[in-house]
Amino acid sequence: MSTFDEAPVSWQEPQKDAPPARRNWSELIIETLIRLAGISAVVIITLIFLFLLKEGAPAFMQVPITNLLSTRWYPIEDMFGLIPLLVGSLLVTIGAVAIAVPLGLTTAVYLGEFAPPWQREILKPVIEVLAAIPSIVLGFLGWVALAPLIQGAGAPTGLTAFTGAIILAYMSLPTIISITEDALYAVPREYRDGALALGATQWQTIWRVTLPAARSGIVIAVMLGVGRAIGETMAVMLVTGNAANIPQFGLGAFFQPVRTMTATIAAEMGEVAQGSVHYSVLFAIGIVLFLITFLVNSLATRFIGGSARRRGGQI
Amino acid sequence: MTRQQTQRLAQWLISATAVIVILPIVLVVVYVVAKGIGAINWEFLTQPPRNGMTEGGIFPALLGTIILTLGTAVAAIPLAVGAAIYLAEYAGDNRFTRAIRLAIVNLAGIPSIVYGLFGLGMFVLFFNFGTSILAGALTLGLMTLPVVISTAEEAILTVPQEFRVVSFSLGASRWQTIRHQVLPHALPGIITGIILGLGRAAGETAPILFTVAAFYLPELPKSIFDQTMALPYHLYVIATQVPGMPLSIQYGTALVLLFIVLSFTLVATVIRTVMRRRREW
Repeated sequence: MSTFDEAPVSWQEPQKDAPPARRNWSELIIETLIRLAGISAVVIITLIFLFLLKEGAPAFMQVPITNLLSTRWYPIEDMFGLIPLLVGSLLVTIGAVAIAVPLGLTTAVYLGEFAPPWQREILKPVIEVLAAIPSIVLGFLGWVALAPLIQGAGAPTGLTAFTGAIILAYMSLPTIISITEDALYAVPREYRDGALALGATQWQTIWRVTLPAARSGIVIAVMLGVGRAIGETMAVMLVTGNAANIPQFGLGAFFQPVRTMTATIAAEMGEVAQGSVHYSVLFAIGIVLFLITFLVNSLATRFIGGSARRRGGQI
Repeated sequence: MTRQQTQRLAQWLISATAVIVILPIVLVVVYVVAKGIGAINWEFLTQPPRNGMTEGGIFPALLGTIILTLGTAVAAIPLAVGAAIYLAEYAGDNRFTRAIRLAIVNLAGIPSIVYGLFGLGMFVLFFNFGTSILAGALTLGLMTLPVVISTAEEAILTVPQEFRVVSFSLGASRWQTIRHQVLPHALPGIITGIILGLGRAAGETAPILFTVAAFYLPELPKSIFDQTMALPYHLYVIATQVPGMPLSIQYGTALVLLFIVLSFTLVATVIRTVMRRRREW
């Protein structure tokens, strides 16, 4: 066949974003609804913040800032010091992170680098089960089973920051494990092969090559784990003893009862008069929690390429 | 220590930590089943609590959780699936889309107790729904949104681009393409996301504390403007607020709640597995 016979063909890439025009009005309505649903997340988060402000802002006007920053939480006498609650939340969260991060990272390494496929098939659903167990069930078990154990080990009471930290650690493990695993999985095969070909052992490869390459993913995992831990309510409320005191400084602090910000809201909102100062202060604690988690999640998002964003920060 | 010995030690330690993570999970489930199974019988599931809740069953709480979960589904599914379709099929790569994604990540990160405060401020007080099933279901629905949006979007994105291009080339409009080509293929994945989200909502306590949950009600709710009892809050109440509560009833209640929530997870996992095996592309 001679090339002269053919007319010049102007080939165009199919434009995937240019479908034929809409058919009719009903499609217009449907597409408008979809667009509205699309922006709903932005609208909702704005509404949440506005309603927290609406109910919580009076607290900042009616309670002097020195009172809010004092060390005594005793609402009956109008003492609204938030420091003990902040310290309580921090202690429990730090404890949880100290337990969950090493455990979560090594478990993710095990799943990603050591475990044979049949073990992964079993272990991953088990971790999904952990993610699904309601916090009230874990809190209940902490209250009836774990606390007596801890008391038996010599603590004056079983309801301590440490008890809360253990429960919270397990609650944040699924998040930490799954995001770390994604991060390890994203490290190119060639990196590992290169290290192994140079004679490194498997452990040297993991420690010197794979983990450093997955660094940013691991940071995200830890941050989202922190976000999860600091916002937990029911489990913490049941097992930390709910004493709004600042514990003594030092390691012993973990073995004393504390009260977190979340537990304070949950325990006291039911009993306050709507519109009272105490009511506003509880909402103000909500604002603090909102801002902390917003900051943590937004920072984590900045690190993110695709994996955790796809999951909406969930496992 | 030679590096081979380090390798062996590291492998041993890492395997040990995996056991430390996995074993307590299995123990927790086995323990709740072992302690709670004795309390479970027909009467426990179908009778209201009696005698200051120290006897009888959990029927009103069980029913309340079922109603709330259905309400959550009604509140969350249209919005979440719509948002997922928007993000997967309509949204461009621009600042506005990034703002939406940031909002979704943050919605997922907001503590459940803060959702409870929001529900109290907006639905109970501002819209004047009162402490009611309506307020509780809407609050739980909003809390469920990010999980469902993320999983549904992922399901829609796994439908190959060729399906859309072919549909367009045959003259179908964008919505026709989504409706007849994309959604049918993405449906199992979307349903998985919905089930996971609802499972989470069914087990939540903090968002319903101030929006719907009742300590004890002598009668079942009659409309969506009534309060209801709910299993997670009921477990909290009988574990901490009722003196002289028999442990068997507490464990029985925990078991029923765990069973419900884990069934959601199981169903979602089965759908996902079957779907992966069946996928034709």
